[in-house]
Amino acid sequence: MFSILFEQYNYAVVIILMMTGLYVVFASQNLIKKLVGLSIFQTSVFLLYITIGKVEGGQPPIVESHGEDHASLEPVLVAAGNAKDAAGYAAGHSDVLYSNPLPHVLILTAIVVGVATLAIGLSLVVRIREVYGTIEEDGINALDYSYNLEGIEE
Amino acid sequence: MDILSLFPAWLLEQGPAFVIVLPLLMGAIVAIMPSRTLAWWAALIVTLLCTVTAFGLLLQVYSNGASLYTMGGWDPPHGISLVVDALSAPVLLLIAAMAVVTMVYAMPATIAEVEPKKRAPFYAAFLLCFAGLMGMVITGDAFNVFVFLEVSSISTYALVAMGAARDRRALAAAYNYLIMGSIGATFFVIGLGFLFMETGTLNMADMSRILSDLDGGSRVAKVGYGFIVVGLGLKLAMFPLHTWLPGAYAYSPSMVTVFLASTATKAALYLLLRFTFTVFDPSFNYDIVVIKYVLVGVGVVGMIFASLQAIFQTDARRTLAYSSVAQVGYMLLGIGIATAAGIAAGYLHLLNHAIIKGGLFLAMGAFWYRFGITRVTDFNGLSKTMPWTMGAFMISGLSLIGVPFTAGFVSKVNLTIAAADKGWWWAVAVIVVTSVLAIIYIGRILLAAYFGSPPEIDGETVKRNEAPLMMLIPMWILVFLSIGIGSNLFGLGDNFVMASERAANLLVGIGG
Repeated sequence: MFSILFEQYNYAVVIILMMTGLYVVFASQNLIKKLVGLSIFQTSVFLLYITIGKVEGGQPPIVESHGEDHASLEPVLVAAGNAKDAAGYAAGHSDVLYSNPLPHVLILTAIVVGVATLAIGLSLVVRIREVYGTIEEDGINALDYSYNLEGIEE
Repeated sequence: MDILSLFPAWLLEQGPAFVIVLPLLMGAIVAIMPSRTLAWWAALIVTLLCTVTAFGLLLQVYSNGASLYTMGGWDPPHGISLVVDALSAPVLLLIAAMAVVTMVYAMPATIAEVEPKKRAPFYAAFLLCFAGLMGMVITGDAFNVFVFLEVSSISTYALVAMGAARDRRALAAAYNYLIMGSIGATFFVIGLGFLFMETGTLNMADMSRILSDLDGGSRVAKVGYGFIVVGLGLKLAMFPLHTWLPGAYAYSPSMVTVFLASTATKAALYLLLRFTFTVFDPSFNYDIVVIKYVLVGVGVVGMIFASLQAIFQTDARRTLAYSSVAQVGYMLLGIGIATAAGIAAGYLHLLNHAIIKGGLFLAMGAFWYRFGITRVTDFNGLSKTMPWTMGAFMISGLSLIGVPFTAGFVSKVNLTIAAADKGWWWAVAVIVVTSVLAIIYIGRILLAAYFGSPPEIDGETVKRNEAPLMMLIPMWILVFLSIGIGSNLFGLGDNFVMASERAANLLVGIGG
């Protein structure tokens, strides 16, 4: 049981980070802390993808020799297409074993998305602070509740 | 066929890329436009061009079959492909057409709700949201779906927050939506990660092929499917995951609500169909379990609970928002029946509901524009002060209930027949009961508007003050569409039913 955990410790780290992040999002009242939790949650997914891309014994996916006919690109393309068989195919076509570069590329995109989400989230918190004067969720709810009851529309 | 020959060949050939790239590029350009009128015209023309293209693509699908567009000439599964088929083309046209309707309406609506200097960026965010939704629907690459999902979501958060000029609760609503939406998108991307582990590909068609070779795959694929359903469920406001929706719909600017209500959840629902029936397959035992128990379960519970909640709202926009959650339940029930007829009914309800709810929220925005009201108690006598707008609201409302000769009736009857054919009589009962609940929550507003008398302000009865023409025209276009589908004017009803049947046949055919 524990040996599996230690052998695949990267998955354990992913799960711990994921649960920590989700817990922080749901448990904290502070809007900034919620965003921190959200970021941790998203980061755990980045780790998950990077873990998938690693092929045991694989080197960074950089083609070593550039042939005239671009034939040396083939193992890279094949590796990009199929993570499971990447090792086998790559070995069949050349002597070098490559890690799968595709998850890294995907995660670059996901990181950008995460940054954009965080940026817009933080700017929303700034605006909420300006308007409500608090960034605690229960405080905002209490303000909104009295606001709803008094029925002030403007 | 005749109409199809009017489209230039290059437009049809490059159309799939055109409908994404054009709004994306123009979004950036519109954002820095100095004049807000120019920005409005630019956004309107972009949406019009996309609608024309989407219409051409739809006709092409019906005459020549599905088409595959390879981005940059890279063949699938390595390259990114755009797929236009009987399932995606109608949704594309729906999103584009609703964008045009919203843009026309935006001219007067934003005057009341968005500060002048913020209007150009506002339209830019709208175009980005539009591009994201189109991309979600058209792409054949699973990771691309995530990217476009986030493009549309992030711009939606900004758009919802723009409602703060009118009501500060928009900020809290946008924040809530951001947290829930990001969790949903992240769940989706976790699911994709598991699918990628299992299949080693991101192309949906390739995934589907490999998964059926593996006969559904191992536990990894099951977990991936679970994550994807929950992630999409958050986006499409599946019942217990809908908590972001009422706030986002109630406090965002009117035109944003119209666009969101009629397209955003629909695009997510389309994705659920795509993943459930083409990437995965109902013949896998875990897939059919999710369809039968999870989707039907949350659909039915959502129909009842959200309808009940809609009755007790003081804010009319929140009433309609809860009603949207209930209507999503109908679509999920349709999907859950999982026969061709059931999916067709769910799909038809998806299209019809976009038109109906669009019309209702358009009218709601007009009430706010003239009198600044959203509360049900303030609706007294609106039939006398704004007869045309209230008329549009009434007809759309009746259509939502499912009165004969309206669009809602057609899809509800189809859904009922599909449920009865399957022998699910309890589902028929639920549909009838929730329709009665719809009579109550819509009737409550109609009663106030038609049998109440206009309020007196400073001893003077409020005078008739009709909405501007640019609000009335989009509203009545949707109303006529709704009646046209229900009464089969100009063959509209038949065309919509045919579109939904083709989509369902495609799904079930592959699922075979």
